Amino acid sequence: MTQNSTAAAHPDLLGEPIYSVRDVSRRYGELAALDRVSLTIARGEWLSIVGPSGSGKSTLMNILGCMDSPTDGIVLLEGERLDKMGEPELAKVRRQKIGLIFQQFHLVQHLTACENVMLAQYYHSLPDEKEALEALERVGMAERATHLPRELSGGEQQRVCVARALINHPDVILADEPTGNLDEVNERVVIDFFHQLHDDGTTLIVVTHDSEVAAQGQRQIILEHGRIVRETTDLSNTPTKGKPVRGVEAR
Amino acid sequence: MFFWRMIGRALRRQVGKRLMIALTILLGSSLATSMFAVMLDVGDKVQAELSSFGANIEVLPEGASIVSDMYEVDSGASSGSIREDELPNLKTIFWGYNIEDFAPFLSVTATAEGREIAVVGTWFDHELSTATGEKLSTGVAHLRDWWAVTGSWPQAEDEVVVGSRLAAELGWETGDHVTLDGENGRVDATISGVFESGSDEDNQLFASLAVAQQLANRSGEVGSIEVRAITTPDNDLAREAASDPSALSADEWETWYCTAYVGSIAYQIEEAMTNVVAKPVRQVADTEGAILDKTQLIMSVVAIFAMIAASLGIANLVTASVMERSKEVGLMKALGARNTSIVGVILTETMVVALIGGIVGFGVGVGLAQLVGHLVFGSGIAIRPIVAPLMALVILLTVVVGCLPSMRYLLKLRPAQVLHGR
Ligand SMILES: Nc1ncnc2c1ncn2[C@@H]1O[C@H](COP(=O)(O)OP(=O)(O)O)[C@@H](O)[C@H]1O
Ligand SMILES: [Mg+2]
Repeated sequence: MTQNSTAAAHPDLLGEPIYSVRDVSRRYGELAALDRVSLTIARGEWLSIVGPSGSGKSTLMNILGCMDSPTDGIVLLEGERLDKMGEPELAKVRRQKIGLIFQQFHLVQHLTACENVMLAQYYHSLPDEKEALEALERVGMAERATHLPRELSGGEQQRVCVARALINHPDVILADEPTGNLDEVNERVVIDFFHQLHDDGTTLIVVTHDSEVAAQGQRQIILEHGRIVRETTDLSNTPTKGKPVRGVEAR
Repeated sequence: MFFWRMIGRALRRQVGKRLMIALTILLGSSLATSMFAVMLDVGDKVQAELSSFGANIEVLPEGASIVSDMYEVDSGASSGSIREDELPNLKTIFWGYNIEDFAPFLSVTATAEGREIAVVGTWFDHELSTATGEKLSTGVAHLRDWWAVTGSWPQAEDEVVVGSRLAAELGWETGDHVTLDGENGRVDATISGVFESGSDEDNQLFASLAVAQQLANRSGEVGSIEVRAITTPDNDLAREAASDPSALSADEWETWYCTAYVGSIAYQIEEAMTNVVAKPVRQVADTEGAILDKTQLIMSVVAIFAMIAASLGIANLVTASVMERSKEVGLMKALGARNTSIVGVILTETMVVALIGGIVGFGVGVGLAQLVGHLVFGSGIAIRPIVAPLMALVILLTVVVGCLPSMRYLLKLRPAQVLHGR
């Protein structure tokens, strides 16, 4: 079945690399948005990426999320060379393995909350309204399923985006400043949800400005001028199946 | 299906642009529809218009035709003649049913009011029964149906019609009695009508065949026959047969003989009568073809230009609409949508809108065709069934061409460009 359930059933799989990044650079003319970055991300890991604005966080996320290709270097996702792929293959990896969450929600404005979730199913395999409603229920948005995005608050929109990101049970969820535009309540809903996904074995990569959000991960990397300048590991955040996860206030 | 649900939702947005696309297609397709409709129907219209200009086969006595071809003299009384009793044979040939009308002619010079005039003996509206027992009425009244006759066509043997110029010269009017003196006798006749033909015939007097035969002392003889037959337009085979019939293979000959080419009908007439030469009268057919070709060319050009203009119009609108939706498109790509799927959505949306415009445009176009028909031909245009699928195809093509510029934009768009709010 899905990768995350396999990972959850076999905790020893945690630690096997899902991403391997070797000497990756991304240049825009003179400017190196990423400068020879090397990084290994384990399956099931929750990685936080922090750093000042313009340090290359989004650039790295785009490369990991198959929306951009590096100028130099090697990127492996589950053993496949992303850096060698053309756009059609990258699109295939996106729809099969990756869930994306953005700072600016990004929903299709003329589709309802439920239809936005179904859209991800549609590109992945088959739209299933019942399943989409269940996903919305998990993020507490079931009653707003037939609302259009403009009828929802920012926090509610982001919860729909979360439901959309997880609907296809992706191997990896990439979130670029997911809480950047959220109030505290919605931030907590989203973070709690990340904990659930993490417990299920989903690999989480979260870019954030917020040190509290960053501290939720097992590991933090700090980017500056396109380079990883520091890395910290917090093993206390290792997921423990069955133990209640308490989100932000747990720290 | 989810796809159509998406299309349905999307169509509620950008209503202004959608209306403009529908209107553009409406204008283009109404013009193109009317042009195609007229073009397809005009063939028969022009044919009908031109076929009223008389005969397309002329039958002459064998000797006379050579003389008249070589020396360009009027065949009239000179040499050879056609037998009047063979006239019904015309309807017995293979393509007899295609012979709509024919009339015999016998020209003779007579004296009236101390002056020589040209008298032409013919059938006006002759009841004829053929060997097969079929009855038909044929003659000049049909063959020259564009003549404007003041009075009436002759009903009795001793009635005649006079050309307008001749009548004016001699001061003749309808109802006048005239005396015609020929070499071999004198005939008294009554003028039943004066006609205007717009040709040389306005200087002539048309009498019954019997009168002319009496004046010329050539009873039972005919000088020439004009035949109007329904024919198939000439093709390569017909042209080959016309230049060298002996070059045809047996199969080709068979095909040629059994097709209603003007040449094969003429050939069959020669078979059916003794010592005659039947010649296609080419000018009418050629003019017909040329006029038709030109009309149809102009109409195609108008139709094509209309659709090119529509294509350009929607190209701008669709591109503007797609650019406005670049975030949505980027998002779809980020979710893993294939390029074909995105192009499919945009094409389908545009196609649905264009189809609505196209259907209304088709209706308007049909109306426009009727207007053209009444203004130009004085009759309505029959809409051929082919016009509808043809227009569907044309609209499809217009939409695809109109969407091409936006396709390039869609294919080039990278999701990362639009999703980070840069
Ligand atoms: N498409 C682009 N064209 C030119 N420069 C870019 C582009 N995308 C990013 N950059 C530059 O790359 C650097 C890193 O950008 P980004 O990864 O967005 O930073 P962060 O997300 O950490 O704020 C910045 O200096 C930015 O201006
Ligand atoms: Mg960023």
